[in-house]
Amino acid sequence: MTTKEALYNYSLRMGDNALILGHRLSEWCSKAPIIEEDLALTNVALDMIGRAQAFLKYSAILKNEGQTEDDLAYCRSEKEYHNHLITEQPNGDFAHTIARQLYISIFEYHFFSHLEQSADVEFAAIAAKAVKEVKYHREHAIDWTIRLGDGTAESHKRMQAAINDLWMWTGELFEMDEVDTILLKDGISVDLAPIRDLWKKELDKVLLEAMLVFPEAEYMQSGSRKGIHTENMGHILSEMQYLQRAYPDAKW
Amino acid sequence: MTDTQLDLWEVFIQSKSGLPYIHAGSVHASDMKMALQNARDTYTRRGEGTSIWLLPSKHIVASNPDDKEMLFDPSNDKIYRHPTFYVMPEGATHI
Repeated sequence: MTTKEALYNYSLRMGDNALILGHRLSEWCSKAPIIEEDLALTNVALDMIGRAQAFLKYSAILKNEGQTEDDLAYCRSEKEYHNHLITEQPNGDFAHTIARQLYISIFEYHFFSHLEQSADVEFAAIAAKAVKEVKYHREHAIDWTIRLGDGTAESHKRMQAAINDLWMWTGELFEMDEVDTILLKDGISVDLAPIRDLWKKELDKVLLEAMLVFPEAEYMQSGSRKGIHTENMGHILSEMQYLQRAYPDAKW
Repeated sequence: MTDTQLDLWEVFIQSKSGLPYIHAGSVHASDMKMALQNARDTYTRRGEGTSIWLLPSKHIVASNPDDKEMLFDPSNDKIYRHPTFYVMPEGATHI
């Protein structure tokens, strides 16, 4: 694999993570428990779509085949997406959405804080913007985790169940393959081993404060690096790509 | 009707440093942190502000609409209360 191919893949992955999580969060629109939370979740969704646009645009430039970020977002098939499987997991109840946000936003905060120092100026610039946004996402998720975990018997039960249910999707956040290692040599990508330590340490602190038990299960799901998805992905794409499939190149 | 949506907070937004905080509306929240986040998400999404103040609505002391005449009418016919005879210095803003 050439450095350029690795760059393309790396950018595409980050774009896909943001795109799919953004889509999932947008599903809360008009359905959140209160209107303030409706706005909070859809604000996060919009941050994600913005980030997806930036990374996919860069991917399209790197590929140099005349595609745009929209082509990448709406005209690929399932196996060509490389988002972390956790991003495509269903919203579930509010606790599940918060648990997903907690795992991802703590990871992203540390990840983008490091990517900010990337030797690739485009990555560094997108990361600098993402850090500001994700700092807020992380705070939002942590506060809710503590509120629900240390809340009523019902909210505690649901929050713990969500933390346990989503745990097996977190191992993938720290997987590294050829793409990561090629770029690591040039100081472009982020070494995920130290990120994992930072993530665990912070998560441990939050769960303790939230009166929640840190999950112990060791089995972790994997697949996104190879384009293997859960059954959720097909449903997401059929909805997300509907307009583009039904009315190709539609304009308004 | 019972309000089941948490406590009510009043939101004041300052659009630029130095300008007064202006009432933007209200939000529901169960604690100070949630109130701040909800206010941020509800009222500053389009670059409206640089700073937020929050106040539990129950702590606001409001005048009674029935007292309107007693409280405000007496000031209507006293033109000498208005400093309209001063010339404003040039460059003085937000006064």
